[in-house]
Amino acid sequence: MKDASSKDAADKPATPKGSGFDRRDFLKTAVVGGAAAAGSTAAIVAPEVAQAQQAAPAAPATPTGYAFLNLDEAAFVEALVDHMIPADEVSPKGTDLGVNIYIDHALAGAWGKGDRLYMQGPWKLGAPSQGYQLPLTPAQLYRAGIEATNAHCRKTYGKTFDRIEDAQRQEVLVGLSTSKIVFDGGLPVRVFWTTLYQTVVEGMYSDPIYGGNRNKAGWAIIGFPGVIAVHHDDVEKYRGKPFPNKPVGIADMS
Amino acid sequence: MVTKLKEVDVVIVGLGWTGGILAKELTEAGLKVVALERGAQRSPENDYSLPNIRDELRYVVRHDLMQNTARDTITVRNNPQQDSLPMRRLGSFLPGEVVGGSAVHWSGHTWRWTDMEFKVRSNYEERYGKKSIPEDMTIQDWGISYAELEPYYDRFEYTAAVSGKAGNIGGKIQAGGNVFEAPRAREYPLPPLTPILASEIFTNAAREAGYHPFPRPSANASQSYTNPDGSKFGACQYCGYCQRFGCEANAKGSPHITVIPIAMRNPNFELRTNAWVTKVLKASDGKRVTGVTYTNVLNGEEFEQPATIVLLCAYAINNVHLMLLSDIGTPYDPVTQKGVIGKNYCYQTGATATLFFEGKHFNPFMNAGGSNASIDDFHANWDFDRAPHNFVGGYVVAGGFNTALPIGYRPMPSGTPQWGSDWKRATAKWYQTAMVINASGSVMANRYNCFDLDPTYRNAFGLPLMRMTFDYKDNEHKMGGHAAKVINDIAKSMNPTKLNPASARTDPWTVVPYQSTHNTGGTIMGTNPRDSALNKYLQSWDCHNLFVIGANAFPHNSAYNPTGPVGALAYWTADAIKNKYLKNPGPLVQA
Repeated sequence: MKDASSKDAADKPATPKGSGFDRRDFLKTAVVGGAAAAGSTAAIVAPEVAQAQQAAPAAPATPTGYAFLNLDEAAFVEALVDHMIPADEVSPKGTDLGVNIYIDHALAGAWGKGDRLYMQGPWKLGAPSQGYQLPLTPAQLYRAGIEATNAHCRKTYGKTFDRIEDAQRQEVLVGLSTSKIVFDGGLPVRVFWTTLYQTVVEGMYSDPIYGGNRNKAGWAIIGFPGVIAVHHDDVEKYRGKPFPNKPVGIADMS
Repeated sequence: MVTKLKEVDVVIVGLGWTGGILAKELTEAGLKVVALERGAQRSPENDYSLPNIRDELRYVVRHDLMQNTARDTITVRNNPQQDSLPMRRLGSFLPGEVVGGSAVHWSGHTWRWTDMEFKVRSNYEERYGKKSIPEDMTIQDWGISYAELEPYYDRFEYTAAVSGKAGNIGGKIQAGGNVFEAPRAREYPLPPLTPILASEIFTNAAREAGYHPFPRPSANASQSYTNPDGSKFGACQYCGYCQRFGCEANAKGSPHITVIPIAMRNPNFELRTNAWVTKVLKASDGKRVTGVTYTNVLNGEEFEQPATIVLLCAYAINNVHLMLLSDIGTPYDPVTQKGVIGKNYCYQTGATATLFFEGKHFNPFMNAGGSNASIDDFHANWDFDRAPHNFVGGYVVAGGFNTALPIGYRPMPSGTPQWGSDWKRATAKWYQTAMVINASGSVMANRYNCFDLDPTYRNAFGLPLMRMTFDYKDNEHKMGGHAAKVINDIAKSMNPTKLNPASARTDPWTVVPYQSTHNTGGTIMGTNPRDSALNKYLQSWDCHNLFVIGANAFPHNSAYNPTGPVGALAYWTADAIKNKYLKNPGPLVQA
């Protein structure tokens, strides 16, 4: 059991390893130093570093391609996110924000596969107050929900969701969000919609390292600064005033 | 096969605030202490550091620092008639699972609970008569007094770098503080945090309405600080990533930067992480415990750790679960109202209004964990007459922000479309121009709100999950209605462009969304073993060398956040062990 005791490891400071003292180490120690330097916000240099990084050449384009979604599912998700997030004066459209890519990565990854989800039966639908009770991982739920929505669309409009008119898509989303649509086969519409909606929002507003919120255009909608380091003096300086809308993401500071 | 290890003086189960405080105090008293923590070790330098700690998806949405429900959870139901079903993922509350426990990701709100709680039944009976308390409301006095606990509150506040303004020093009312608080010996260790616009305009409106606003006391260091143990704090940076996150500025009062590192430097201490305690072992006479069994979750190996004293310091719910799994004390039965283990589970209630102001600019992402102003006119204020409103307990109202990150916080007036261009325009328009006023309300104990072992579902170790039966009762519905009216009156006086008004929480309690990680009760303290599991020193009535430390000991829940009394009681118990128990091991209170 000695290995499980991390007393020694935990006591060691995080010292730079390997060939040199790189940027990541610099950020770590700058922040720790900042805490010890006590009140001196000047010691915490992250925003300057971040701005320098922003001025650097543009990162390579996000690689495209799907890790989880099949062709039908990809078409559904692209149509969905472009309908929910249309291009306008506020932001680019959903696929240009990478929300479809975010969703694909989330479903392909640990969360989609049921990480942290208690998956032992017996299974009962229960009351809404008892929360999620389906014997499905999020990825399985998504897959079944897209199939069921497309089945509804084919029955109602003769085509899948990605091929119907904009007004018809609107009708479908209203039906999903109000549970007016009832899926054949028993999948609860409410649970599918809740998951679908949550993932679209996550794709707009999570850090760009997850594939969505491309160019931090989601954060720019609301003036959210992202990975801010220090606001100690800003509380006074910007009280009641707009804060510069130049969001910084994790990759900008890594 | 279980490997039996060498006996130690003390084994601590769970290393958060309470375990950390006890580990430091008892190793300094010369005892050999082993702490068993189911989570892993993470450090401010390596884990709670920029830029990666600034990740709402990872820490808020995906619960990176929290208990993993795939491995262990509870089952839930609103009443005994319902089928209890597993809480399959976290939602309503978020126990931490890491060295430092939930005190890594808390916001730091630190209150002193007083005789208003500790003598709750006596107070109400004296003022309103025995009949004022509903028959199924199983509130009872705690067996401890504020005067006894005051020095320990002081100790905890100075350890945790609490920023605030005293309202009552030695009986003398102090301008700018909470005028309703009980007398304290001295000021907070640090002055209040810098107010943000939302808390300022709430403060002005509350004052004009005749209330007594004050800055919320919070373990967010408003300045750099060295605590009495020599632990160093940086100044809070108002980064907006407080609740759910570890603090990269070492400005949040947390055990992993204070008491735990001190214990770690003491040769009397050993921490074993990834060590999952499955049972407390009873001696054959049933009057003592002999240690614990645990599993090393890195390889599944099982160990027995014998100890002279066992301290349960896990999250409140998990402490109760261990007591039930270990068959210590008599399980509570809500039908006969016999037994004590599992009794008086409580939660908190609340009400929230969102105010929209065209033209204002709140910068909601700029805040500390405690950047709110509060009023205590309907809780600690005993002059507030509950009789016309017919409820027991009270609520605190606050205005300001706490973790207004964009996946979770995008306020919009009711009726705004949920998608499309108009949704996006509303998101853009109102994110910067909205603020919230909310109430946090007490929950009185009820005979049917309780824990027991679930008959069906099991955890990753093959052990029964604990079953939680809970719902708000008429008392809380009435209080919520009163709170909503007070909030809405303040809100309207502020002339918002639009208002989503507050309303009483009257639907059944639900496991989603997040509400509050303030679960209390289950192994409660009290004056006798017939109606409580622990005595005033949090010592088991059944086994004198077992102490169960945390909010599990609270016989009901207050409007306030629980960490103040949790920390104070940990110091109180440490002193009782050092100064009383070691000299004469046995029950510290005669049953």
